[in-house]
Amino acid sequence: MNQFPHGWGRPRDDVYGAYDSSYLNDSQPVSHTQRPIVTGTSVLGVKFKDGVIIAADNIASYGSLARYNNVERLLQVGTHTVVGAGGDISDMQYLHLLLDNLLIKEQYPADDHNLYAPQVHTYISRVLYQRRNKFDPLWNSILTAGADPKTSEPFLSYVDLKGTTYSAPALATGYGAHLAIPILRKHVPDEEAVSSLSQEEAQKLVEECMKVLWYRDARSGVNYSWAIITKDGVTTGNKEIENQSWKFAEMIKGYGAQNI
Amino acid sequence: MTSIGTGYDLSNSVFSPDGRNFQVEYAQKAVENGPTTIGLRCKDGIILACEKLITSKLLVPGSNKRISTVDRHIGIATSGLVPDGKHFTNRAREEAISWRRNFKDSVPVASLADRMGSYAQAYTLYSSVRPFGVTAIVGGADDDGPALYMIEPSGMYWGYFGAATGKGRQAAKSEIEKLNPTELTLLQGIKEAARIIYVAHDDNKDKEFEIEMTWVTKDSKSATAAATGSKGMVWNGWIHEEVPKDLLEEASKEAKKALEEDDEDEGDTKEEKMDEDL
Repeated sequence: MNQFPHGWGRPRDDVYGAYDSSYLNDSQPVSHTQRPIVTGTSVLGVKFKDGVIIAADNIASYGSLARYNNVERLLQVGTHTVVGAGGDISDMQYLHLLLDNLLIKEQYPADDHNLYAPQVHTYISRVLYQRRNKFDPLWNSILTAGADPKTSEPFLSYVDLKGTTYSAPALATGYGAHLAIPILRKHVPDEEAVSSLSQEEAQKLVEECMKVLWYRDARSGVNYSWAIITKDGVTTGNKEIENQSWKFAEMIKGYGAQNI
Repeated sequence: MTSIGTGYDLSNSVFSPDGRNFQVEYAQKAVENGPTTIGLRCKDGIILACEKLITSKLLVPGSNKRISTVDRHIGIATSGLVPDGKHFTNRAREEAISWRRNFKDSVPVASLADRMGSYAQAYTLYSSVRPFGVTAIVGGADDDGPALYMIEPSGMYWGYFGAATGKGRQAAKSEIEKLNPTELTLLQGIKEAARIIYVAHDDNKDKEFEIEMTWVTKDSKSATAAATGSKGMVWNGWIHEEVPKDLLEEASKEAKKALEEDDEDEGDTKEEKMDEDL
């Protein structure tokens, strides 16, 4: 009998020859996530007079395939905060789990203290920055939107997979950063402009931007979720993009089986 | 007392010749002097209540809580040694979080009680540890509705309609037995729980106390509960939280009044008797 426990349960050297462990000695360096797999596209957020509006469509793409069309990418966190995520969907789901646990732990002391958007945004940014320092990032770009329950001061902030954060009266992630921000900035160029933008105007603006993204972003979807956060709390809904006109498509040439 | 222990009570996990484990029994003794703590399983939820003697006027009212939230839908009330209770509930919180991570679901109350029973029992097995000096009442609700368990220092646990532990447990138990748990609603339960705490307190009348009371309910009006319902959060719809202040105050007032009336009645009969004697 082989007296060495490490040999138990293994092929016997005298029968099968020495165990070939070369596959274990990989000379490649350790590597973590290199790219997102199932992805969500843009998230839009705009501050207005008494709050914030945030929107994201319901598509989750597998490469260029629109693999899932009913994915909720906005998550309400507490009473006055909504977190919208673009990028890797499974990383987003993991973040949702972290936020869920964060909320439960916040309830332990039963001291009427609650987390609001600035705290939630900071928490997410610390998690993402810590993960990028491990060279194992959570592959997301995230908007955190909220309103202060007392002052109704709107809050909107961005954080990405590298832990970079910034704030602006209008924000967009992914393709929206290219296509939607120029439109949004026309209406809210600075913080001063926020106080003259009504909720209805903000809603119209987001509708318009989601339509532009639907036309031009090949990873976008026709159905999207929106959330409005004011000092009274969160209202959410789903919408399909209306009044579409694909006339411009006739003009586009150079793709597919066309006779140019 | 002379024969108690006789050397078999010095180490944990050692049986005496007649089959007793003295360290566990001593732990149970520690709980018997703890604050009266009760749990009621009502038709539409759970009530946990605790009598807290005010040991110092310098304490902020409502401080030193003995009932804690373990997960959104579960609370634990402990009676006995406070630090032991804290460690016990912390372990329960870890179990609840770990269940979420593993199964993406809220832990069923029976499963949590089972795990915590095993945890308490493990502390009766080794000479390097001592048993928990607490009895824990675990109240919560899941897909099968409200559930109530009481875990003792031995690790033994049962499911209950009504559970009581601590100094006033005998009086509390006999009061709970008069209730009809299949018909009792939470709103009635709050009043009963307050009354039972007052009745059980009767023996050490002169000491001031406050009532700590929580419930597990499906229709909470608090903002935290509303936000917990957000899509994407793991939650079964039940919330463990403090009983709203106005309800508790009203129940306390009624309980006090009922007790005073009882006292007056007793006083009358005594006087009558004395008259007869004379």
